[in-house]
Amino acid sequence: MLIYEKSQAGRRSISQAPITSTTNTKVSDIPEGLLRKKKAALAEVSEMQVVRHYTNLSRRNFSIDTQFYPLGSCTMKYNPRGAHKSAMLPGFLGRHPLAPESQSQGFLACMYDLQEILKEVTGMKGVSLTPMAGAQGEFAGVAMIRAYHDAREDFERTEILIPSAAHGTNPATAVMCGYKVREIPVDKNGDVDLAALKEAVGPETAGLMMTNPSTCGVFERSIKEIASTVHEAGGLLYYDGANLNAILGKVCPGDMGFDVMHMNLHKTFATPHGGGGPGAGPVGVGERLLPYMPTPIVGKESVDGKDVYRWLDEKDIPQTIGRLSTYMGNAGVLLRAYYYARLLGREGMHRVAEYSTLNANYMMKRCENAGFELAYPGRRATHEFIITLSSQAKNLGVNAMDFAKRLLDYGYHAPTTYFPLLVPECWLIEPTETESPDELDGFVEAMIQIQKESEENAEMVKGAPYNQTVRRLDDVKAARELDLKWSPAQES
Amino acid sequence: MPYIPHTDEDVKAMLDTIGVNSIDDLFDEIPKDILAKNFDIPEGISEMEMMRLMSERAAADSNVSCFIGAGAYEHHIPAAVWDVVSRGEFLTAYTPYQAEASQGTLQVIYEYQTNMANLTAMDVSNASLYDGGSGMAEAALMAIRANKKSKSRKVLVPRTISPLYRDTAHNIVTNQNIELVDVNFDSEGGNTTLENLKQYEGEDFAALIIAQPNFFGVLEDVNELTDWAHANGMLVIAVVNPISLALLTPPGEWGESGADIAIGEGQPLGVPLSSGGPYFGFICCKQKIVRQMPGRIIGRTVDMEGKEGFTLTLQAREQHIRRSKATSNICTNQGLVMTASTIYVALLGADGLSLVAEACHENTNQLSVLLTSLEGVETAFNRPVFHEQVLRLPVSSESVLEKLAEARIQGGIDLSTYYPELENCVLFCATETKTNDDLVAYQQALASVLAS
Repeated sequence: MLIYEKSQAGRRSISQAPITSTTNTKVSDIPEGLLRKKKAALAEVSEMQVVRHYTNLSRRNFSIDTQFYPLGSCTMKYNPRGAHKSAMLPGFLGRHPLAPESQSQGFLACMYDLQEILKEVTGMKGVSLTPMAGAQGEFAGVAMIRAYHDAREDFERTEILIPSAAHGTNPATAVMCGYKVREIPVDKNGDVDLAALKEAVGPETAGLMMTNPSTCGVFERSIKEIASTVHEAGGLLYYDGANLNAILGKVCPGDMGFDVMHMNLHKTFATPHGGGGPGAGPVGVGERLLPYMPTPIVGKESVDGKDVYRWLDEKDIPQTIGRLSTYMGNAGVLLRAYYYARLLGREGMHRVAEYSTLNANYMMKRCENAGFELAYPGRRATHEFIITLSSQAKNLGVNAMDFAKRLLDYGYHAPTTYFPLLVPECWLIEPTETESPDELDGFVEAMIQIQKESEENAEMVKGAPYNQTVRRLDDVKAARELDLKWSPAQES
Repeated sequence: MPYIPHTDEDVKAMLDTIGVNSIDDLFDEIPKDILAKNFDIPEGISEMEMMRLMSERAAADSNVSCFIGAGAYEHHIPAAVWDVVSRGEFLTAYTPYQAEASQGTLQVIYEYQTNMANLTAMDVSNASLYDGGSGMAEAALMAIRANKKSKSRKVLVPRTISPLYRDTAHNIVTNQNIELVDVNFDSEGGNTTLENLKQYEGEDFAALIIAQPNFFGVLEDVNELTDWAHANGMLVIAVVNPISLALLTPPGEWGESGADIAIGEGQPLGVPLSSGGPYFGFICCKQKIVRQMPGRIIGRTVDMEGKEGFTLTLQAREQHIRRSKATSNICTNQGLVMTASTIYVALLGADGLSLVAEACHENTNQLSVLLTSLEGVETAFNRPVFHEQVLRLPVSSESVLEKLAEARIQGGIDLSTYYPELENCVLFCATETKTNDDLVAYQQALASVLAS
């Protein structure tokens, strides 16, 4: 039931009215023609109705706090409560984005420290925290690549190379930065096809965007050769940090030869996904792109032996690609990431890759032992791995989506399905380091059960889920008979 | 080990199952010479130590009376809003790709879309964008795609629109060879007039952007501006403050046929100032151009038993399906903050929003009267405002604001930073959170700064 369907004209949560309420003539200075004639159709409900309505809606969600959520390439690890709590301190919440620096030293100190930590653990030379999501980090990165070539008056570089397994945001970003996209195939072992790459690079190459480990869940073994191939052709290397959790503390993107990267703090640095955002996608750059970093950045000076933090802007970084958000990005998310980074510290940072990789390899082995087909047998899993349900689809008529929906009934969120596109009927499974082996075992047991169900009663599995709040939804109707908002007319 | 549950026995048993001797063996595909060395960062600390550090730093920035607006506004946020939003089921859910396991988030977005469409009197809304400034960039790109009559890659952007929005939008669209063309404003009214637009008549532009209220707080003649743009073959992009919409004509009703796209900063609807984010941008449009909309959209449908349910729809516009041909590279929305706004709007309703808007307007007008009663202080523009006002001071606004800050009053922003012609000008805002005492305290502080 929608909130509007609980509405009664005249009902209010009066306790929320602002304290000042005077005469009804106080907008008399606004010309009649600029005033609203008819009040907006919004719900009129009591405070308790609101709290009950949205609390009950929250219970119709899977979440990390309630379920194991092994979504590949999404890094659904535990989101520390302390991080949320500290970002919600009144002093942080009340700070206006344009407050004077003298009354912002607490916040700026956190941001400066976070920049320094991110720089060190990625092996980059500079970090700007401002991009508001991974996709905006990608945008910042590719825009810097463009600014670099433009500054050298190298205007012939019109192409960005992207492996075919890449996230959809990569090609979409390249286009937003005015580039053409050229896809590079991936070989049967999940590695970039080096021969094809060598053929593709040339004077038109502005750069290559890739993740490592790739979305195939395997480490790109010839990364150094890829880097030198692109560099020799005059292009730059972009690291999509979607899979940074797999290498955090083990390998730094800077040491693999990448010139620029983004980090998804909502993945690797444990900030909440919030039902689809807000995230944060800071960018890190090597020496060559330092002059182009997006603003604002936080700088530190010593004044009378005391640390003083201040914003760096166009005056300090004249060749910057500029601001990408109205203020400085998703500051509250950055505070949460800072909290997480400080709790992990020097030692904890190295453990992220170790234990996420341990969990993934353990789960992969257990799946293999249970008879599931691995997409890349013989390779190590990184922080994630792929199984293909092709034979189930072919022999039992139960496809990857059916399996995924049935899994919901067992209380597990489905892994990423049908991505990467090059593996048929695939599941991309990422357990993260914060899950215990008991949880991983439970998941594999559920898969074994579903396999059994598929063999005995395929139709039942194809009708799943059964114990969610709704059954499978009619997506075709949703797109054909667009119903994107409630309107009062629908009531009558 | 913070957040890692494994015991030594767990690790040993897991390594045995995998068939390796150590965790390091799992990284044997990585070339040895690129393995990371020890990091030069601080040792890990405990939750207790960290909470203390964060509390100290947060406190360092507190105890100020804030009269800064300029696109981010201090409003009272009912206690219920963030209490409910902070439930783990909202906070730690992912994008609702598995619809059956995400009906909570999906229905909230549907209600959010309803709120925004009804507030703006537009046909449809998406599930939110990052923020107001980047939202304006997306709106400009959308208008260029949607205006089939125009071949132009140029958009008219009055200088009365936030300089921060203009900057952001420029930086985002410039690489696609899209030009945002400045339009000057009337120096007396602080608004954009037909006179200012005259020189562009007959030229091909994809759209005109109109802000209501504009960056100076001033109310524009949105009806005549909208009709002018439509008469000249342009689409109209409205940039609006959602709280003001309780009082002011919504974009869908501007002029003869209404704005085509409406965007804005959603922060005033229940989102704390929080140093500039996370906020959310909203974008609404006419039904006929919905397929040009960027970002996520939720639709209502039924399940296989005919029961009502909600799901992502029109995904063929999006990057995970269309890749390089998508309407935008945007992947996420600002789910959690958008959820906060949905709860905020439900708590206030149209009448509550009206009261907030009126109280803001009243406080700003009152503060204007108090401040302009001081010698040499005057309002810079003569048109009505919503909840912000530009003051012209007898001396440099930069130094006045600095001295006010010492008295822990953040008096506004120095407009000469963005508009060289507005020397000695300050833009301030007084929302419903300010009491009469707060307003008088500002007046007294300014009086003593000017006297010194």
